Amino acid sequence: MTTVRKTYKPLPMEHYIENYAIMPAVDDHFRYCPGCGLGLAQSAVVRAFDYLKLDPSKIVTVSGSGCYAVMGQYIKAHQFHGPHGAGAAAATGIKLANPELTVICLQGDGDAVSIGAGHFVHGARRNIDITVIVFNNFVFGETGGQGGPTTPLGSKTETSPYGMIENSFDICQLAIGAGATYVARSTVYHAWHLTKCVANAIAHKGFSVVEVLQNCHELWGRRNGMPQASQMLNWYRDDSITVAQAKEMSPEQVKGKFVIGEFVRSDKPEIGEEYAKLIARVQKKG
Amino acid sequence: MTATITATAKATRRLLMGNEAICEGAIAAGVRFYAGYPITPATEIAEYMSRRMPEVAGKYVQMEDEVGSIYAIMGASGAGARAMTATSGPGIGLMQEGIGSAAAMEIPLVVVVVSRPGPGAGDATGSGQCDVMQARYGPNGDNAVIALTPSTVAESFWLTVKAVNLAERFRTPVILLTEGLLGHMREVIDLPDYSKIERIERPRPSGPPEKYETYALHKIDEISPMADFGSKYRSVLHYVPNHNYAGRTGQDALKFTLNHFHAKIESRRDEIIMTESLHTDDAEVLFVAYGTQARSAHEAMNRLRARGKKAGMLRLITLWPFPYEEVKQAARAAKVVLVPEMNTGQVQGEVLKALRRHPAEVLGVNHLHSDPITPEEILDKLTGVL
Repeated sequence: MTTVRKTYKPLPMEHYIENYAIMPAVDDHFRYCPGCGLGLAQSAVVRAFDYLKLDPSKIVTVSGSGCYAVMGQYIKAHQFHGPHGAGAAAATGIKLANPELTVICLQGDGDAVSIGAGHFVHGARRNIDITVIVFNNFVFGETGGQGGPTTPLGSKTETSPYGMIENSFDICQLAIGAGATYVARSTVYHAWHLTKCVANAIAHKGFSVVEVLQNCHELWGRRNGMPQASQMLNWYRDDSITVAQAKEMSPEQVKGKFVIGEFVRSDKPEIGEEYAKLIARVQKKG
Repeated sequence: MTATITATAKATRRLLMGNEAICEGAIAAGVRFYAGYPITPATEIAEYMSRRMPEVAGKYVQMEDEVGSIYAIMGASGAGARAMTATSGPGIGLMQEGIGSAAAMEIPLVVVVVSRPGPGAGDATGSGQCDVMQARYGPNGDNAVIALTPSTVAESFWLTVKAVNLAERFRTPVILLTEGLLGHMREVIDLPDYSKIERIERPRPSGPPEKYETYALHKIDEISPMADFGSKYRSVLHYVPNHNYAGRTGQDALKFTLNHFHAKIESRRDEIIMTESLHTDDAEVLFVAYGTQARSAHEAMNRLRARGKKAGMLRLITLWPFPYEEVKQAARAAKVVLVPEMNTGQVQGEVLKALRRHPAEVLGVNHLHSDPITPEEILDKLTGVL
């Protein structure tokens, strides 16, 4: 089992750009809002690739609809930019068809646990060896900031102008319940911690989920008292506690905090490997 | 249980269901990935594939729903596999966004639709021809579609081979439109030696990898080479159709691309359109029929011929793109054109389009319930007309 060494020293940004990034053309720009957490999240993803020394021609990123979905354009890898919510299902097809590929499913919270919730939980149940990175910004960003299944109770969005009255999903708990074998949460403030989580998730054989809390100060923060990127990042810094700390605290104390770290890392049969064994068994009989 | 056909390198004679013949056709054509969700009357395809795929080192996966199924085969096709799914009316309804997306992303795949009658859940164990228009206009955005429809169990096999090859050749989803009746019908079929089946490869890239673009179009009807995920050519399968030959986005590029989906298929109608003509040269009564109902029409035609009437038949094997020209040709001498179909006239409408300046009367014989249209019913329709 690969675990990222604590002593790993991040290299100059040029190194990652050269190996894993596709920069926008000179007359273009990164299509993220100024200060958006997606830039930090993307850095963590490519650093994780670099740490694992992955061959870009053996990586496929899968994305759907949402602000995050342009990330695939900026990563040197094969790219499946499919419809909204399709991520885990398309990734299942890619990985089963060619198990040698590293399949990274980039998803927004809407993709993963709203429209694509069925594919997400069944991917976890099958324990297909893909890595799902869920960028959770509490809102539907690309359509202009509507509420969704991760919008915190009481917070305001375009479609919850009086405050959200629906309960929200805990993405990590959902993944654990569905049988994911690696589950971690981090934030874009904790950039190095996030990198480690992503690298560990990719190295893990099985359905791996990393929930990334990523600031959308423009569409969520602005309506909820945090119009600056720094305010949201400081919030992640101040209100985050580790999994170990949370264990020592009462449920009341944990409430409202971001619990970050690894929740699950377990070994279960992986569907691709099981299918290979099945083929061998069936062909032997024939 | 049907005996398993493990030997694919020698010809065999079998008694197979239409649904099973489709699976064998798919395997013969090189399909090695099947994802699906069971639905009557297409279920046997999933069952048969779950048994057959591991035998030929292919993969079968039962997805959580039809939406997952179409996306899984899109992913598998992107990774280089020949991929297929099968469903019935309600299921293809759920798959439509995926089918349209596959057309936009130019991903080859085959969707088998074993039709049943009735809206919504309809008559699950019945048979219909109700999805002709759903096949053509089901996905949003009006993409071009290739749809083939078999009449016999043997043709179910051969049209599946053709469907796979057309999908790969044109980088597009192809729909095999069959019916509950044919899916569940058993007929004797001579299976060929699979190693002798022609397999058309999707266009592959060559040249320097850094120059490769997934959608490098220079002409509107050109089919750009497709690289597999994992090859040295960086493959980008993109949902938003903003690609053009120069990789530019914007309104011009969009127009170019959207027309491209139609142009690449429309410009190659000759390769796609298949019909079967019987006595059409002098046919004053012309039957235009497809699927199982063409068999009733055939019998009706034989009876008319026996009575000395000049009857003929045009059997449509390709439904989309629609063979307008072939219908026009076959109807040259026609005074009456009869279209028997198990819907309220979906193909009849297209025949009317084809014959809009033609003096012939175009009549439909229609069933919405599951019982096949009999030759008598077809002949009854001609009482007072002839």
